[in-house]
Order: sequence, then C-alpha cells, then structure tokens
Amino acid sequence: MSDAPLLEVNGVGKRFGGFIALADIEIAVQPGERVGLIGPNGSGKSTLVNCICGTLRNETGSVRFAGQKLEGKAAHQRTRLGLARSFQLPRPFTTMTLAENLRVPILYAVNVRSGHATVDVEARCDDLLRMVGLADKAHRLPRDLTQIEMRKLELARAMASEPRLLISDEAMAGLSHGEVDDILALLLQLNAQGVTIIMIEHIMRAVLAFSQRLIVLVAGRKIADGDPQAVVRQQDVVEAYLGS
Amino acid sequence: MRNTSFIALLIAAAAAVFAAMLWVGNGYVFFAGYVVLQYIVLATAWNILGGYTGYVNFGVAAFFACGAYSTVVLHKLWGPPLVVMILVGGAVSGLIGLGTGYLTLRLRGTFFGIATLAMSVVAETLITNWQFVGGSRGAYIIRPEHAPHLPLDYIQYLCLVMLGLSVLAIATARAIEHSRLGVGFATIRDDELAAEASGVPTLRLKLIATVLSGGFMGMAGAPLPYYVTYLDPSSGFNLTYAVNTIAMPLIGGTATWLGPLIGAVLLGTLQQVATVTISSALSLLIVGLMLVGFVVAAPNGIIGWFKPAVRTSMRRLRGSR
Repeated sequence: MSDAPLLEVNGVGKRFGGFIALADIEIAVQPGERVGLIGPNGSGKSTLVNCICGTLRNETGSVRFAGQKLEGKAAHQRTRLGLARSFQLPRPFTTMTLAENLRVPILYAVNVRSGHATVDVEARCDDLLRMVGLADKAHRLPRDLTQIEMRKLELARAMASEPRLLISDEAMAGLSHGEVDDILALLLQLNAQGVTIIMIEHIMRAVLAFSQRLIVLVAGRKIADGDPQAVVRQQDVVEAYLGS
Repeated sequence: MRNTSFIALLIAAAAAVFAAMLWVGNGYVFFAGYVVLQYIVLATAWNILGGYTGYVNFGVAAFFACGAYSTVVLHKLWGPPLVVMILVGGAVSGLIGLGTGYLTLRLRGTFFGIATLAMSVVAETLITNWQFVGGSRGAYIIRPEHAPHLPLDYIQYLCLVMLGLSVLAIATARAIEHSRLGVGFATIRDDELAAEASGVPTLRLKLIATVLSGGFMGMAGAPLPYYVTYLDPSSGFNLTYAVNTIAMPLIGGTATWLGPLIGAVLLGTLQQVATVTISSALSLLIVGLMLVGFVVAAPNGIIGWFKPAVRTSMRRLRGSR
C-alpha cells in the first residue's frame, strides 16, 4: 500500500449557519483498504460523505480522488470518476423495476466513462442482482422489497457504476443479526474484488469485523484514526460514546 | 417497435385523419380539429417536462403565446412562410425554456410551479406594454385565402400544419421514452439525489426537457395569429391554455406518450362539441368535472387502467407518493 492514496481529504470544513458540522478533517484512504468511520449521531459522518460525493460543497479544504481535485465537480461527475455511495435511507427509483434501477448507473456512469456502450447492460444487471441475491425479483418494483432487500438494492446500484471507492452509509442500520452478516459478507466480497470501501456504521460488531482501520468523528472533528482495536479503547473515543 | 416504423405508422394515421376531415367536407371540422390538434402538441410538450421529469409547469400560456407573438413580429417585419414562423416560434420559446430552466430548476414541486406561473405573468406584462406587437390593443393579422402550393383553404392548411406538428411532438416524446434520455428523465422524477449519485447529469437533462417542452409549445403557438386573426395579450396568455394542457396528460396518463394524446383528444373534442351544442363557457367546467372524476376513477390516468404498475399522475397531485 505504498501507492498514492485513492482518496485524500485535506482540511475539509463545513458549516450550516453558526453550526460547525465539520472542522479541518484530514483523511487518506489507500487503494484496496477497508476503512470504518464511526461517531455518535450528529458527529458529521453523513455530512463528510456528502462533501466527498458532491451533494454538499465543503467551504474549506479540498478532496482529491485518484489524484484529481474534486472541487467544482458535480456529484454525477464524481460518480463517473469511480466514487460511489449508498444512501443511509435507501433511495431507489420508485417507478422502475430493480433491473431498471441498476441500468441507470450502467448507462450514465459506466458507458459514459468508457466512452461507448461496451457492456451488455442486461447481463450486467443480472450479475449484480445475483450478487446481492435479488435475481428472482428483477422485474418487481422497489416497493415490493423488504428492508434488507432495499439495502441490498442500494448497494447493488452503487456497485453498478463500477466504482473504485464505495462509501457505504449505514447500510446495516435497523437490520437483524443475520441480515447484518449478509451485508457484511457482501461488502467483504466486494473488497476482495478490489473495491476500496469506507463503511459508516453504528453496529460495532460489524465495524470491528470489517475495518482494517477505524476513524472516529466527534462533533465534526476527527479524534482518532488507526488500528480498530486500539481506537475503541482510546480514552476520548470511549468518552464520546459513554460520557466521561 | 422501432422509431422509424412508429413514425411511418404515425404519419399514416395522421394522413387518414386528414383524409377523413376532407371527406366530411364541413369547414368547421377544420376549425375545431385545429384546436384539438393544438392541444395534442401542447399536452405532449407539457408531458416531456411534467410527466417524464416530474416538473409541473403552470406557465404553458407564456411559452405558447411567445410562439404566437414571434409570428406577429415576423409578420410585421417581413412575412416569411408559416414554416419559418413555426421554427422561429419554437426557437424563441425554447430559449425561454432554457432561461426558465436555469433560473428555476433549483426549485422543486410547488415552488417550481409557482415560479413558472409568475414567469407567465411577467411575459404577459411585457407583451402588453410592447406597442410594436399591438400592446394591450392586440394585433390583427389577415389570414390568406388559400394555402401556398396546395389546393387547400388556409384553415385546412393550418390544420394540416398542426397535424404535422402533432406527429413531430409525439414521435419526439416516444423516442425520448425509449432512449437513455428517457431513463434519465425518469430518475429525475423519482429521486434527483439518487440520480446524481448514479451518474445522471440532472441539471443538463432538466434543461434539455425545458427546452424541448417550451420549444414545442412555442411551435404550437406560432400559427395561432393566423387562426384567430386577432391576437391580444389576455387571450394569448389565457390561463385556460395552462389548465387544459395540464389536465389532458393527467386525464390520459403521464407516464407514456399515449396519455397526453388520449387526454387531448378526449377533453379537446368534448370541449369543442360542448362549445357548438351548449356553450363555450362550459369548457372550464368540463375540465374541472373531468379532473375530479379522474382523480377518483383513474388516479393513473386512462393509461393506468391498462398498465397498473405505471406510476401516477393524479396520485402525485394528491400528495401521496
């Protein structure tokens, strides 16, 4: 992992009026890494994801992805560069079937990136749906899905854009023990295929099982970054979660 | 069906309609038919923005009247052939669509609707105060007796031209539906944030939709001065155009090109028949009653009866997504 980092977040700051959501965040993620990002509610995790993915504009600092500056690039351009995210609350395209949902990133990210329609779109949709175990529901609408299936669809759609970096924003919140294991296995499988993954999660069991490195945000600041086992024993991290 | 064979079929259907109108032989058929055809173009154009991307445009009258007034300007300046006027009218309203898009597309839902309505009022005020096109007095245009190059009355010619525009609008709408663009439009309607995250350039697509939609409305408006022969701002910018144009796709169904066509033929014909048999004052009442009826009976429009999965037009208006 001696290459240049895939993602560099340098001094990123974001305010909402008088509220400082993020202050001076520094993060570097190496290609192929599995990084966990945790923090109490309201600590700025999703804001950080939104700044990285272009949904929000950071006021200070810069984000670089694969050596390119992301400032001034719209969210869809960042997706085309290979930066994908899943949403905390699944946001499927509700009038489209599952297969059609997955066609969107293939048509608008993969084909645009390669400059022409190389992929067999239908076959690729099938593969993705099979990967997340939804192949038999390819022609159903998202409203027919259960909560976990919705999360899987969300991940499959993020993967459909063939990203180099996937940011999974609380893909497991509200799922049962067994379902968490399902998603975890899926993310590990993606990582084994070479996708760098940042996992945002509250379920510590999953975060610790997944992460090679753990970053902790508290009140918009990064207070820890390192080996997961060491980080969760760090005094200020414990205090942030349990109080001092 | 491929686009080319669909267009061939559409042209054949249009030819059959025109032949039937000639066969009836009554001049009034062309006067009434023109209005119905004009609404097919307007409803189809509205649906490109309102149905496919989900942006409800209440400023229909502005795009329509600016097309009509560009004809008045051209008529006074140099009087080019009608086709040129239609192209210019389309370009003018397409540009207005582009401007509207840039200025208002950060607004969603009701706010976008109100902004377009305001835009319509502003445009009407500008035209009312522009003396060159007649100002509030309005403009008279003498309709020629005969069609150029064709053995037709001018009103028959206008009807034929509008039939051609209908074919063009419907073919465009259907081509969009079956293309990557249509997929992109639908993602905007469903969830803009998720669309961006999936690589869809939402702003550019919305601008394409406003330009196409506005452009077709302008083209529909361009022949209007020759049809009415007297155009004043309060009739050109009449809210009735917006109400009818929005009601038609909602009644027919907004998800496909067929919905606006069905809605326009149904509502437009009903209004024309009522105008002759009962009173022209009845047309808005008909729209109101039909909207109420269809909210209850066909929340997905008439198309929704046959394709239950297709999502809804009325349901969105009722606020339950």
